[in-house]
Amino acid sequence: MAIPNKPKGELKAVRDPEVEEREVDILIVGGGMAACGSAFEIKKWMSDDQSVLLVDKAAMERSGAVAQGLSAINTYIGDNTPDDYVRMVRNDLMGIVREDLIFDLGCHVDDSVHLFEEWGLPVWKKTDDGKNLDGKKGLKQGTLKGGATPVRTGKWQIMINGESYKRIVAEAAKKAIGEDNILERVFIVELLLDANQDNRIAGAVGFSVRENKVYIIKCKAMMVACGGAVNIYQPRSVGEGKGRAWYPVWNSGSTYYLCMKVGAELSMMENRFTPARFKDGYGPVGAWFLLFKAKALNGLGEAFAGSDAAKKELENYAPYGTAAITPTCLRNHLMLFEMKEGRGPIIMDTVTALAEIGKTMDKKELKHLESEAWEDFLDMTCGQANLWCATNTEPEKKNSEIMPTEPYLLGSHSGCCGLWTSGPDFDWIPDSYKIKYNGKVYNRMTTVNGLFTSGDGVGCSGHKFSSGSHAEGRMAAKSMVRLARDDKDYKPTLSQSKEELVELVYKSVRVYLDNYKYTTAEDINPNYLKPNGMMYRMMKATHEYGAGTSTYYMTTSKNLEIVMDLLETMREDCEKLASGDLHELMRAWEIIHRIWTVESHLRHIQYRKETRYPGFYYQADYPNQDDENWFAFTNSKFDPKAGTWDVFKRDYVQIIPS
Amino acid sequence: MPSFVIDEKCDGCKGGDKTACMYICPNDLMVLDPNTMKAYNQEPDQCWECFSCVKICPTQAIEVRGYADFVPLGSSIMPMMGTEDVMWTCKFRNGTIKRFKFPIRTTAEGAANAYSELKGKDLDSEFLATEESEGYKMPKPQATA
Repeated sequence: MAIPNKPKGELKAVRDPEVEEREVDILIVGGGMAACGSAFEIKKWMSDDQSVLLVDKAAMERSGAVAQGLSAINTYIGDNTPDDYVRMVRNDLMGIVREDLIFDLGCHVDDSVHLFEEWGLPVWKKTDDGKNLDGKKGLKQGTLKGGATPVRTGKWQIMINGESYKRIVAEAAKKAIGEDNILERVFIVELLLDANQDNRIAGAVGFSVRENKVYIIKCKAMMVACGGAVNIYQPRSVGEGKGRAWYPVWNSGSTYYLCMKVGAELSMMENRFTPARFKDGYGPVGAWFLLFKAKALNGLGEAFAGSDAAKKELENYAPYGTAAITPTCLRNHLMLFEMKEGRGPIIMDTVTALAEIGKTMDKKELKHLESEAWEDFLDMTCGQANLWCATNTEPEKKNSEIMPTEPYLLGSHSGCCGLWTSGPDFDWIPDSYKIKYNGKVYNRMTTVNGLFTSGDGVGCSGHKFSSGSHAEGRMAAKSMVRLARDDKDYKPTLSQSKEELVELVYKSVRVYLDNYKYTTAEDINPNYLKPNGMMYRMMKATHEYGAGTSTYYMTTSKNLEIVMDLLETMREDCEKLASGDLHELMRAWEIIHRIWTVESHLRHIQYRKETRYPGFYYQADYPNQDDENWFAFTNSKFDPKAGTWDVFKRDYVQIIPS
Repeated sequence: MPSFVIDEKCDGCKGGDKTACMYICPNDLMVLDPNTMKAYNQEPDQCWECFSCVKICPTQAIEVRGYADFVPLGSSIMPMMGTEDVMWTCKFRNGTIKRFKFPIRTTAEGAANAYSELKGKDLDSEFLATEESEGYKMPKPQATA
């Protein structure tokens, strides 16, 4: 059967789906690391008369960013302090971060890592004489919790054998929350505000991708944790290869869309992540730089990052650029400089690195070293391993190219866009960081009462990674139970009728059914657009005008004006999206989520009249950092009633001294 | 690097309670053709090559062919899942074969402790349930201590 590169699902959509209405105290939207953290924690705090439901677009066993596995846990505090963790994150993100959120996360993240190990995640250990043991052999060293030494690659990362990381974490989550309280393959597409109370979350609406059914779920408290946003820019590979996104290709910005649409304040949406990774396969480089001590060379064979010119350039971005660890964006900045000056491509010198380490090793240890290098890919980016095989690349014999990717939006990796949320209610935290509902502070609550987020959803607080996202989901879970208890007399009331909600969710199906017979080939029809076509339109616009790879991540005020205009038209045309089957209906909603998300990203770039993150993006009309005017958070808020946007600054407060 | 299904090997999980690849694909790509009762990848350019379908397929009917955009033909990588380890066979275009075995789990499947009996005490504190039960001491920023 010839399958074209667009959805042609087997599950046809019908005009009038079945409707299932539910009401629970707590609703968890998402199934990744953060949501699994919530699922693990929540029943430990709920009273017997409270209820919970978790809704995942996919299957928890392999959903979210860790679906494929991971070769490291990037945040483990261990012998470090949460204070130093804040300093590291702050420096990497060029100063403007929420230190309360980061410190708070640093207090809890290790507890999750200890649970992962207890559940069966193999964690590498160091022997007393400094050798590395894999997670199975390392069992005899004891556990991290019991004081065993992990294998650190940098100051914060520890190595694991993480092929089954997500399966293990999901197993504990599912057992804890109970299978009856989980809905898989249901995609939540809009949140619903209360009909009587202003700015109060009341529920969510979504649909099954397996049967023609719409779900209307009311709740007192809700957490949205659906990851970041991928494929919002034209990727470097535009054919089959566009599936090989660095971050999971199914992350469609739903976290940001769902929350912003009900008026939750976004923060630092201008911050993006364009990781430098092995070219095309997007395999991880962390272990190569940190564990194997490999150097990146320019096309002339020079280790450009250590050159005098590079040092001088970094001085322009002091104190961040001159810190012991160069911020991620500035490492990109140096790389881009080489490429633009005609000194590309950038090469990871794996050959020299492995030869250097190999000098002190016997044959068995060398074999183990080779295995470690391959595992780094096979645990988390299998396709990169295949690319090495297909190009006859053995890293000890042949070097590989590295390259900065297309832009991604996320709040848990080396990026910090997301929602403006409250931290905990400690006295060392300034009032301006606390969000109150009925006079009480709820940790990780957004500016919409009863709406929480975690993981990629919490803005201004990057470098959580998998472990921190899990811990944050647990923190949010407890906070939600507290809110549901405090507000137990609240009765969520929807302002829309059942039929209005079905029309909202299934609109693109009805557009399709009303019009598809007009043409002989259903994909081309003047009365509608398929999601696939809209995806290409969005990617082309952001790529060309919105600081995509085509301009080396450069944009200007005029370009931004144009792309914002194009995106507005796209949102209008989204009213005419057409879905013939349930898979396509999922794609239709995903493209809507992506368009709103990338538009908010560009709206923030437009507002911030400086270039805070050189290497991630450049605003050519304001090419430098401007601390005097812009050392502040950029926040934005969509008014769901008026349909208008407001963009504004919020003050940064330093808590942890330099 | 889209997954593909080998016609001869796929039995549509007839004997199982669900079509395994369709159940697991994080991006809803694997579907069962009800006429042939065989699965296929309905949207190869949205495949993240996560190998979830390859690893779960009970008849080893699913493999992956590198993305046409940038992967030369002739190589393959195949995982064989055990309960404690995964064994990878990596075949190069030039015929070189490498095999690697990595641990995946140190406990039996299903053995993860969900602490289902653990009930938190103070809902108004910032302690997680396990932290509370173990008497964890919450750090404060050094500058404010």
